[in-house]
Amino acid sequence: MPPVGPRSGDAIFANVERVNAELFTLTYGAIVRQLLTDLEEVEEVNKQLDQMGYNIGIRLIDEFLAKSNVSRCVDFKETAEVIAKIGFKMFLGVTASVTNWDADGTCCSIVLEDNPLVDFVELPDTCQGLYYCNILSGVVRGALEMVSMKTEISWIRDMLRGDDAFELQVKLLKQVPEEYPYKDDE
Amino acid sequence: MIGVGKIKQYSNVLDKPLSKGKQEVSLSAFAFLFSELVQYNQTQVDNIAELERRLEDAGYAVGARVLELLCHRDKGNRRETRLLGILSFVHSTVWKVLFGKVADSLEKGTEHEDEYMISEKELLVNRFISIPKDMGTFNCGAFVAGIVRGVLDGAGFPAVVTAHFVPVEGQQRPRTTILIKFAEEVLRREARLG
Repeated sequence: MPPVGPRSGDAIFANVERVNAELFTLTYGAIVRQLLTDLEEVEEVNKQLDQMGYNIGIRLIDEFLAKSNVSRCVDFKETAEVIAKIGFKMFLGVTASVTNWDADGTCCSIVLEDNPLVDFVELPDTCQGLYYCNILSGVVRGALEMVSMKTEISWIRDMLRGDDAFELQVKLLKQVPEEYPYKDDE
Repeated sequence: MIGVGKIKQYSNVLDKPLSKGKQEVSLSAFAFLFSELVQYNQTQVDNIAELERRLEDAGYAVGARVLELLCHRDKGNRRETRLLGILSFVHSTVWKVLFGKVADSLEKGTEHEDEYMISEKELLVNRFISIPKDMGTFNCGAFVAGIVRGVLDGAGFPAVVTAHFVPVEGQQRPRTTILIKFAEEVLRREARLG
C-alpha cells in the first residue's frame, strides 16, 4: 500500500464537524471573565489560562495525529510548520505563519493574524497585564510535550495590546528521549 | 516585517465592522474548551447545585451578549416584546446561530401556565459528556440554560431556567429539556397586553 501523506489543514477542517465561532468566542470570554472574578490577580489568570491550554494540548494531540496523518517530523522547523499550517487550521479554522527563526533552528515565532478568540474583545485598563489568549500557548506547549518536546512559549505581539498581529515565540528547550511508560513487574 | 500594512489598525473595538457570524471552528475545539470550563468550575465548588449555578452564570454572560449581537445584526436593532415572540426567537434564531439548527421542540408546560420547555435530543454541550454515577442529576446543559436566561433577562423577560435530562423510550441517551419558568410580572404584563 502506498504511504498516505499528511492531509492539508484545509481538507481536514472541511471534513470535521464545526460549530459557530461566535459560540466559541463568547464561551471563551465567559471563562476568562470567571477567572478574573475568582482569581482577582491578572497574573494568576494568565497562569490558569495556560494550565487550561496545557490540559487541552495533552489531549488534543491524539486527535491531531489521528486525523492529520502527519508522520514524525524530521526537525523542529517542520514541527513548527505543521503546527501553523495544519494544527491551527484544523481546530480553529485559521492559518498561521512561521517566521523569525534563530540561527540554530530551535526558536521561532508563530504569527496569527486571524484569531477567533478575540472577536468582540477589548482589554479594559484594569487588565492590561492579561495575556488574553494565553490558553493557546498552553495548548501548543501541552501538545508538543506529548510528542517529546519541552518548549517555552511566550507572547511577543498581541493585537489586544495594540500590535498588528499575534506572535507566539516557541522555544525548543529539549527533546526528551522516548521511554516506555509501563513497567512489566509493577 | 511581516504583516505591516496588511492589517488595518482599529483603536476601538466598536470601530470594527461587525462580523457576519459565518466563521466556524472545529467542534472539538469547542468541546475541549467547554470541558475545561466544567473542570475548572468543579474545583471551585463542593456540590452539584453550586456547580450548575456557576455554569449557568457563565452561560448567562454568553446569552446577554448573544441577544445584543443578534438584535443588532439580524433584527435591525429591534427585539421581541411578546412572550411567544421571544420564545420563538430563542428556539429558532438563537439556537440556529449558536448550535447550527433550530431546537427540536418548544412546548408549553401542561401543569403550569408560566412554564415552557425547549427540548433537544442531543444538546451540543452534552455530546461528549457522560455524567459519573456519583454526580446524580448534574447536567452540563446548565450552561445552555444560562444562555437562555441571559437572552430572556436581557430582553425583559426574567425567568428561572433549568436543564434536565428526560429519558426517551427506545433511546439510550436521554434528551435535554430546558425548562423556562417566567417571573410573575412577565405573565401579568402579557395578560395586560392581551
